[in-house]
Amino acid sequence: MSLSEATAGNGALPLVVDSVEKRFGDLVAVAGVSLELRVGECLGLLGPNGAGKSTLIRSIVGRVKPDAGTIAVLGTPAESAAAREALGWVPQELAIYPRLSCRENLQAFGRYHGITGAKLEDAVVWGLKWASLEDRGNELVRNLSGGMKRRLNMAAGLLHHPKVVLMDEPTVGVDPQSRNHIFDMIGELRQEGAALVYTTHHMEEAERLCDRIAIIDHGKVIAQGSKEELIKSTFGDRTQALARFAGGTEKVTAWVAGQGGRWLDLEAEFTLEHPSEIAKLLESATEEGLALEDLALHRPNLESVFLNLTGRELRD
Amino acid sequence: MLAIIRTSLLSLRRDRPALALSFLVPIAFFTIFAVIFGGRKDTTPRINVIVVDEDQSQASQALLKGLAAEGSLRVKMHSDAKKGEQLADYTAATAEAAVKDGDVSTALIVPKGFGADPVSFGPADPSRPKIQMLSDSSDPIAPQMLAGLLQKTAFTSLAPSMAEKGWDSLEASAGGFTPEQRSRVQQSLEAMRKHQNDPNAQAGSGRGGQSGGGMMIAVDSRTITGETKDKPILSFYAAAVGVMFLLFTSTGAAGALLEEAESGTLDRVLSTRITMTRLLTGKLTYNLLLAFTQLTLMFVWAWLVFQVDLPHHLAGFVVMGLSTAFAVASFGMMLASFCHTRAQLASVSTLLVLMMSSIGGSMFPRYLMPAGMQKAGLFTINAWAIDGFQKVFWYDQPVTELWPQVGVLLAIGVVLFVVARRFARRWEAV
Repeated sequence: MSLSEATAGNGALPLVVDSVEKRFGDLVAVAGVSLELRVGECLGLLGPNGAGKSTLIRSIVGRVKPDAGTIAVLGTPAESAAAREALGWVPQELAIYPRLSCRENLQAFGRYHGITGAKLEDAVVWGLKWASLEDRGNELVRNLSGGMKRRLNMAAGLLHHPKVVLMDEPTVGVDPQSRNHIFDMIGELRQEGAALVYTTHHMEEAERLCDRIAIIDHGKVIAQGSKEELIKSTFGDRTQALARFAGGTEKVTAWVAGQGGRWLDLEAEFTLEHPSEIAKLLESATEEGLALEDLALHRPNLESVFLNLTGRELRD
Repeated sequence: MLAIIRTSLLSLRRDRPALALSFLVPIAFFTIFAVIFGGRKDTTPRINVIVVDEDQSQASQALLKGLAAEGSLRVKMHSDAKKGEQLADYTAATAEAAVKDGDVSTALIVPKGFGADPVSFGPADPSRPKIQMLSDSSDPIAPQMLAGLLQKTAFTSLAPSMAEKGWDSLEASAGGFTPEQRSRVQQSLEAMRKHQNDPNAQAGSGRGGQSGGGMMIAVDSRTITGETKDKPILSFYAAAVGVMFLLFTSTGAAGALLEEAESGTLDRVLSTRITMTRLLTGKLTYNLLLAFTQLTLMFVWAWLVFQVDLPHHLAGFVVMGLSTAFAVASFGMMLASFCHTRAQLASVSTLLVLMMSSIGGSMFPRYLMPAGMQKAGLFTINAWAIDGFQKVFWYDQPVTELWPQVGVLLAIGVVLFVVARRFARRWEAV
């Protein structure tokens, strides 16, 4: 089924991004990205800072006009009023009013989404509860902790119960406890049936939350699929070994390169067709006179996939 | 210590708003004040005066000629001709109406019979025709200057009459210098000295009434506007200061738009049902209501504490208040959408508001300024707003007479809002 066919009719996918391009002067922010978001799915956009994730999200919510390509939300163009109704956006910035209370903020954003009267009050109550801020409703935003602000920031974008939710790095700058709280909120949303696009540069978040992951680098989707699919397509059944050596790094790095491995600052990474290959590797290291300090075998993860595909670490 | 100085200088060099406030604003202000007060040798502004010659005698013509030649006066004999009409001479009634409407601050009416006995020495004959000087007390300087200039002109323009009168006076009072005559001369001199030392006898002094007994030309000075108002300058300053602070408040309130843009809130709002036009209209309405409330509080305070008569001018106040609030709110929106940061807005608005306020009459009355500067003031919101409030509170004009000021303020508001909308396109989808 082509992307355009997917958007047609009542059974339209929540979100279809088709060959979207966006340039800012000479900078290519998004270079022909195509994506699909399926009903009830959480799609992760994983990539380093500056990869084009936020530009893509801003294109979907209509804040950036693509130079080429189309975006459809539940079968309607992204810039249409129907698409705006269906979308809920949680921006990376704390886009709330610092001098208003939590309740006043939610009331304001509810009204901006066209909610009024009793429905608005219900939405505000839901928002405060969802964000676990029931007892902070009258607190001014500027007096809240960073984690609380993040949660309110999320609630402000979702009061109208959108079918398609876009979350742009919602855990930036929060402590682990608040991050877990946010993950619980996302879990609740998913239980309610919302389809989510979740951008992050944290591999663990993508692994934990997302059904499928699109890896973005330099404005392009370089791979997409489930975590298992990505690892399988990149590494097959191969295993990875991480080894740390004592002594000078010059001799070690030369040996690592000779064995087809990769030097990662303090340790060497080897991709093995079979775990038994580790014995040969150890033998070679001993012959070379290298002092092994630590050795670990592990299945490749998303970080390994990203490194393998781009030659860079995710946080470079 | 040098390191601290160097760091501070580097910081200042990169803080353009602070640089502008430190160097540009003082220079701009110095320039404005220099133009107003120091741009000419004669620092006294010319006074517009209407002169009505009911006498048409040789003496009255000579006096008028002398007044017209006086550099400090701008004498008007005819009302401005409308298209297709001929110039019409002012009459006593139209001259009085012009002063009441605030077209000029003073008028002189030379009565019939003036030429028969134009000057006198010593105590004046109460039956002698007196020149009527009509004045608007909102400009306390003009009548004082005019009274002095009138007497000065009499010296230069009515010299033959003065000599004749002096001879007659001498002959009439000395008459052969008999003891009796000597006594009469002494009495006459005593009377003149008495009048000279009497401050109430000075022409043009006080708030109107009889004057000129001891002067050569008898003048009846009469205040015809604001005669029942105790503090003539108060309604002016309520409007003048009010408008200036409205401009500051409005730019500050509109600056919230920049804060929202910087925090990302504006982006989020524009991703909802709210369009840019609706957003700006909402902000404009809020700023308008804020400005009108501020103005209302100011005038209520002026009414309660300084007896500015608000209750009897309510309709005019509301019309002028809303028009002014609309213009200043649009001004704030335009600046906020033009500037890129809050700091930039602060420096640009400070510069513009202070310039507009000084040229537009919020800091000192425009009638004190040179003619060119008075015309330049017409490019400011302040001037139109102050003129409108003066019409309401000082000249007691009905609401229908406010159309020029209201029209200009509304036009300014519409134009600035359209410009603001255009600047705001940068916040729309890129």
